[in-house]
Amino acid sequence: MTVAITLAYLAAAVLFILGLKQLSSPKGARNGNFTAAAGMVIALIATIPLLRFTAAGAAIIGIGVVIGGIVGTVGARMVKMTAIPQMVALFNGVGGGAAALVAVAELLHFGNHPAFTVAFPSVFSIVIGSISFAGSMVAFAKLQELMTGTPITYPSQQLVNGLLAAAIVGFVIAVLAIASVPFSYLSLMILALVLGVAFVLPIGGADMPVVISLLNAFTGLAVAASGFTLNNFALIVAGTLVGASGSLLTKLMSDAMGRSLANVLFGAFGQLHKGGAAAAGKEGRSVRSASAEALGTLLAYSRRVIIAPGYGLAVAQAQHAVRELAELLEKRGVEVSYAIHPVAGRMPGHMNVLLAEANVPYEQLKEMDEINDEFKNADVVLVVGANDVVNPAARSSPGSPIYGMPILNADQAKNIVFMKRSMRPGFAGIDNELLYDPKTIMFFGDAKDSLTKLVNAVKAA
Amino acid sequence: MNNELLNELTFFVLAIFVGIEVISKVPTILHTPLMSGTNAIHGIILVGAIVIAAGANSPVTVAIGLVAVILATTNVVGGFVVTDRMLEMFKGRQQSKTRQSK
Repeated sequence: MTVAITLAYLAAAVLFILGLKQLSSPKGARNGNFTAAAGMVIALIATIPLLRFTAAGAAIIGIGVVIGGIVGTVGARMVKMTAIPQMVALFNGVGGGAAALVAVAELLHFGNHPAFTVAFPSVFSIVIGSISFAGSMVAFAKLQELMTGTPITYPSQQLVNGLLAAAIVGFVIAVLAIASVPFSYLSLMILALVLGVAFVLPIGGADMPVVISLLNAFTGLAVAASGFTLNNFALIVAGTLVGASGSLLTKLMSDAMGRSLANVLFGAFGQLHKGGAAAAGKEGRSVRSASAEALGTLLAYSRRVIIAPGYGLAVAQAQHAVRELAELLEKRGVEVSYAIHPVAGRMPGHMNVLLAEANVPYEQLKEMDEINDEFKNADVVLVVGANDVVNPAARSSPGSPIYGMPILNADQAKNIVFMKRSMRPGFAGIDNELLYDPKTIMFFGDAKDSLTKLVNAVKAA
Repeated sequence: MNNELLNELTFFVLAIFVGIEVISKVPTILHTPLMSGTNAIHGIILVGAIVIAAGANSPVTVAIGLVAVILATTNVVGGFVVTDRMLEMFKGRQQSKTRQSK
């Protein structure tokens, strides 16, 4: 590798680090993304002198870049903001797949008995990259609702997965110690793909962000391993940066949900309690509901209203309707703020993105810790399409799977208005006692329709 | 163990510490964009993909190279564009903030 190329890679690595640094503070975040992209462009240009083109090679690079560029741009431009999490899963998965394929190609290039220093990182990259690819595709399918979001479990599942993992480790040792032939790489890849699917199947849709973050870190490590195979400094540094920061981010995310990473990955969260929730619903406990007019009056004559938005708001595309309602109330002198739970939406920070898109003023968005003491002074808390994040079971019932998760203190408000489509439990599949609270008023319907009705009712009040 | 491998191991270990240190103070609201941004950075595998694709000389390596380049390019381009879309809205929010405070 020439001096110029190495220096260019060094510049790219510095830009990646600066980009990550900027991405972790609200002010510089957007510039951080540009900084990292600039690093990427430098790294790619610096690589060109390294290439020894065959005729076919030049053609497939051209074709591949054009196809990938179009797919990436169109996918990223067209995706609705609510579907961001699955889009990130998809982009992550293809990266993992690419890392595995690069390793395979390099092994084929080295022939039947590559040196250990080539074979080991390649095999690592094949396994981890394939797991990331398959796992991300399952995560995508779950979030896109192409398959059920609830955990899929079967007897001795973790044992089967453990055996699968052991089989892969055994296979890896055999490949490294005895024979490395193309057929063995293919088999290893297939085993790893199966493990990737099997690993994500028992994890519920609500936990997918944590899984995607983990698989993101996996892809980073697979890329770094490919870097060892190719002796490429840029791949090693960038891949490792992502592997390390992605691992920390995964931990921060599960912390925000008040759960351990092991519990997220192996707890089959939201599955066991589905039956219990349905049974409780059938007991026919009474809930209170009210007309739009009555609620409009209640809101219009309140002093303080807190809006607690959840994923249901996003699904109904009701961000603009909720902002309209809030503006109307503010004109009447009502103090309005939004209580943002750390995991509202389907990814930490997702709800901020969605509300920002609807031009909700930044000052009205309050983080959970900031607003939790203010609920007791609120006349009305309007829960729009949220459920688990206001479920008092997290505080009061140690048996509940969400026990210990920090929640919004919505139950302390004088009135709680729940806007929901039905009595169905939330994403985690747990019944919510707050729905039956005497202070609670249910307002059934699609969040957008309901909010529009409330807007009209407040205008009339 | 040759010198090149030793150097690579050094970069690897140092990059682990930098990666952890550099994002240690990220606020919750930026978790999603940060995840998406790091996702774009591991699209650097495109460098690896073009290296192996350039030398493709058999039907198998051509196929592998082509698929690897497509996947890696999708990762890079999609990753940066989707991150920018998210962060664009944060920028809008800060503008509305300054507007209101005036």
